[in-house]
This record gives sequence, structure tokens and C-alpha cells, in this order.
Amino acid sequence: MKKSKLGFWGFVLPSFAMFTLVVLIPAVWGVVYSFTDWNGISKEVRFVGFRNYIQIFTQDGDFLHAFLFTAVFSILAVACVNLVGFLLALLVTSKAKGTTLMRGAFFMPNLIGGILLGFTWQFIFVQAFGAIYNTTGLGFFRNWLSDTKTSFFGLLILVIWQLAGYMMLIYIAQIQNIPDDILEAAEIDGANYLQRLFYVILPLVAPAFTIGLFLSLTTCFKLYDQNLALTNGGPFNSTEMLALNIYNTAFKYNHYGEAQAKAVVFLVIVSVIGLTQLSISKKKEVEM
Amino acid sequence: MKRKQTLSSLFLTVIGLFLALVFFSPILILLSNSFKSLKDIYLDVLALPNADTFIASNYPDAFEKLEFVKSFANSLVITVCSTVLILIFCSMAAWVLVRYKTRTSSVIFMLFASATLIPFQCVMLPLVRLMDKMHMMNRQGLILMYLGFGASLSIILFHGFIKNVPVELEDAARIDGCNMVQTFFLIVLPMLKTIMVTVAILNVMWIWNDFLLPQLMINKPGWQTLPLKTFLFFGQFSKKWDLATAGLIMCMLPIILFYIICQKHIVKGVTEGAVKG
Repeated sequence: MKKSKLGFWGFVLPSFAMFTLVVLIPAVWGVVYSFTDWNGISKEVRFVGFRNYIQIFTQDGDFLHAFLFTAVFSILAVACVNLVGFLLALLVTSKAKGTTLMRGAFFMPNLIGGILLGFTWQFIFVQAFGAIYNTTGLGFFRNWLSDTKTSFFGLLILVIWQLAGYMMLIYIAQIQNIPDDILEAAEIDGANYLQRLFYVILPLVAPAFTIGLFLSLTTCFKLYDQNLALTNGGPFNSTEMLALNIYNTAFKYNHYGEAQAKAVVFLVIVSVIGLTQLSISKKKEVEM
Repeated sequence: MKRKQTLSSLFLTVIGLFLALVFFSPILILLSNSFKSLKDIYLDVLALPNADTFIASNYPDAFEKLEFVKSFANSLVITVCSTVLILIFCSMAAWVLVRYKTRTSSVIFMLFASATLIPFQCVMLPLVRLMDKMHMMNRQGLILMYLGFGASLSIILFHGFIKNVPVELEDAARIDGCNMVQTFFLIVLPMLKTIMVTVAILNVMWIWNDFLLPQLMINKPGWQTLPLKTFLFFGQFSKKWDLATAGLIMCMLPIILFYIICQKHIVKGVTEGAVKG
């Protein structure tokens, strides 16, 4: 087959040019800007070495808090989302009736944008929970989103509600891949449901856990819309996550250089998590 | 034994339907309150609207305040145009990236693939500056930007699919005198139908719901997309839950309808995107 260079570039260029313009060039500039005192307004931009990086790790309590909050939140959310998603997948692949309806219900929140979800849950936590408190007097339902603990759990509930159905789809696909004869063989050998679950289903679903954990972790780490619409970081910045902190550093306080340094740190974390988790869980997979 | 099975199946069905109701409940609560006046919402959120409290006027009010027709049209045009561009240009790129086994080709593919790790926050500030200088902070610019941001995942998916498409047909077409453009559009493209649906679904869902990029790029009234308009609307009427509940329901409707119509494709597309992306 004769292959022309011109043909190659003609086919690659439209998408590669836009990709270069909006991803590659800004990414390189982003790293450069993180070493400057850029404030977004003044024309003069000076190099300041590692000052921004030192600043954000030593002087910026909000950033360190956002950092810690994002890490703790993500770990907890990933565990819950995947556990719930996996249990839902077991449920809808079981002998229960009406599983199509259930799948639809569990997956639907995933389709709705983060801004809409955030506002919806704000209504539930503030108004609906308030109404429940007023009628029942149960302290559990009091003042959600106005203290740090309930705000944390509010965000957690929202994320579980949104992502569990997504993880469920991934696990369903894997569970349905398990050949029936393996499960039947285990059943004939006298394995009860729990034994089949732990010794047959779980090891064979392991590859899907790699994907599920990886996907939900990066999604949680990059959470922005939901964070903005549900709590906007409040009360007192206690639920401000990294993405929102970066946005505010730039557009609220005009510290573009520092915001960019935070973004580079963010990039490093996201990449490291992504790559290590992928390689760790790849080793644990069972060949099918 | 048989009896035990029907019993456990009944038990699972009850649990499943209960959970489905729990998952639906936030939206049901929202829906029920969207037919009440603000006074009745504050009186009791959990009460269903009855003959005395039922009103439908929140909807026309919210419809007008959201400039629903305009915002909806903006979202629709931006989503459809971006997705069409992504489908055409990314399948083209992926095809030559598979068929040309050169160093340049693999470097470009690696760039696309590794860029999936770059969080948007990392490019956001320089991007705003660059787009401002290039006068691209408008709807047309946004469409082109989505092509750039959507390229990575779409090309990975097309690349994976095309690798398994036999090359013989293309060779035959070329011998018959087809040039590269004809070969691609007449021979290759029709074979990509299934992956096209997957890529289209994933991009439609992402672009339709995207908030941050329009928030950064669109600053003119009348150009806002639905998520952006909802956000601004909320800033204005944050305590007016009668309007807000109706507005939220209206903004959710299009995507829920889309889901009901193409449920099968969406489930398949989302699963494939997650597994292969």
C-alpha cells in the first residue's frame, strides 16, 4: 500500500491541531507559569523560581486542608461507591424480578450533570431534612450542610448516589462474562452462595475492580461541579476540594501563579495515582 | 428447594424495588415540590401537593427566567456540532494512526493517550488567556475546543476498534482506484458504525453536562448553555425554591428522555468507554 505523508497529516491534523491548541500548549505554559508571579492582569510576568510551590505548602492553610480533605474524601468515596456498585450489580444479575427497572433507577443519576445534582441535593439536605426534623424531632436530620461533618457526609452521599450506578454497569458486564458452567460446577460441589461469591465470582470480577477503582478515584479527585453546587466549599472552606481551591485561588484571589503551581501538583498526584493503581491491580488480576 | 428459590427471588425483588425507590426519591421530592407555592414548600416539604396547594405556574415562570428555549438551543447546537466534528475528525485520525506504522504516528498516539491523565485545572488558566487572544471565547470557539478535549478518549476508542478491522478491503479499494479520502469515507467509515455510536454517546453526555468550560469561556448573556444558565439562575433565586425546583426538573428532562429513548446504546457505550478508555 502506497502511503503519502500528505495524506497522513491531512487526516491527523484537524483533531491534532485542536488538541495541541487546547491541551498540549496550555499544559506546557501551565508548568512555565507555575514558576512566575503571574496575576492574570498585569502585563509584566517575572520568574520567581520555586516560590509559589514553597508558598502553597507552607503558607496556604486552605490548600493543605483542601488537599487532605480531597484525599480522605476520595478514599472513603471510592470504597463506598465500589462496594455499593458491586452489591447493586449482584442484585440486578440475581433472580429478582424487574431488574431492568432497577438498573434504570440506579444508573440514572449518573446521566444528570453535577450542577443539577448538587442543587437537587442541597434542596434535599436543607429543606427536606429540615422538614423531617421539624416533624420527628430526630437530631440526625438537623441543620445538614451547615456544619463540617454533615457537609462531608452530604457530599459523600451525593457522590455515592451518582457514581454507584456507573460502577454497577462495569461490574454487571464482568459478572455476566463469568461462564455459567463454572458457577454450576461450584454449586454441584456443594459451595454455598457466600463461598461461590468469595472463591468464584470475586476473583473473576477482579479485572473490573481495577477499572472501577481507577475510574472512581480520578473522578472523585477531580470533583468540581458537585462541590460547587452543593456546598461551594462551605461552611468556612471546610469542604473545599482541590479543583475548587485552584479555581478560587485564580479567579477569586487573582493568584494565578500559585493556582498554577497547585494545578501542577494536582497533575502529578492524579498521574501517580492513575499509573500506580493500574500497575498494582494489574498484577492481582486472574486470567480468564 | 423450588419454594426456597421463589422466596429468595421475592425477597431480592422487594429489596431491589425499595432501593430503586430510594434512588428515585430525591427527584420525586423535587418533582412534587415543583407543583407547590413557596409558602407551601416551606410549610412542609414532604407533603404531596393536594387540590388546595397544587399550582403549575412555577413552570412557565422558571421557563422564562431560564430563557429555556435559548439555553436549550445553545446546549443542543454546541453538543451536536462538537460531537459530529469529533466523530469525523477523530475517526479519520485514528485510522491513519493505526494504518501508518511510523515513529511519528506512534508518538502522536502516545500524546493523545497520555493526555487523558491531565486534569482540566492544569490547562485552564493558560487556556483562557490563549482563547481570549485568539477571539475564540464564543460558541463557535467552544465547539472547536470540545474537539480538542474530546480527541484523546475518542481516538483511543476508535484506535482500539480499527486495529481489528481487516486491512484487505482497503487494499482492494485502492487497487480499484479509490484514493485515500474515498477509501476512508466509502469503505472504512461504514464499518465503524458500532464504535461510532459508543463515541457519540460518551461525548454527548459529557458535553451536554459540562459546566466548567462554558463557565470560563462564555460571558455573554444569550450564549449560555443549560448547565451554566441553571447555575446563574440559582445564584439569582437561591431562596426561591418554587422556581428552582421547577427549573431543575425542566433541565433534567432532556437527558432523562434521551436515556429512555437510547437506553441500550447508552448502557453499552458507557460500559465500553469505561472498560477500554
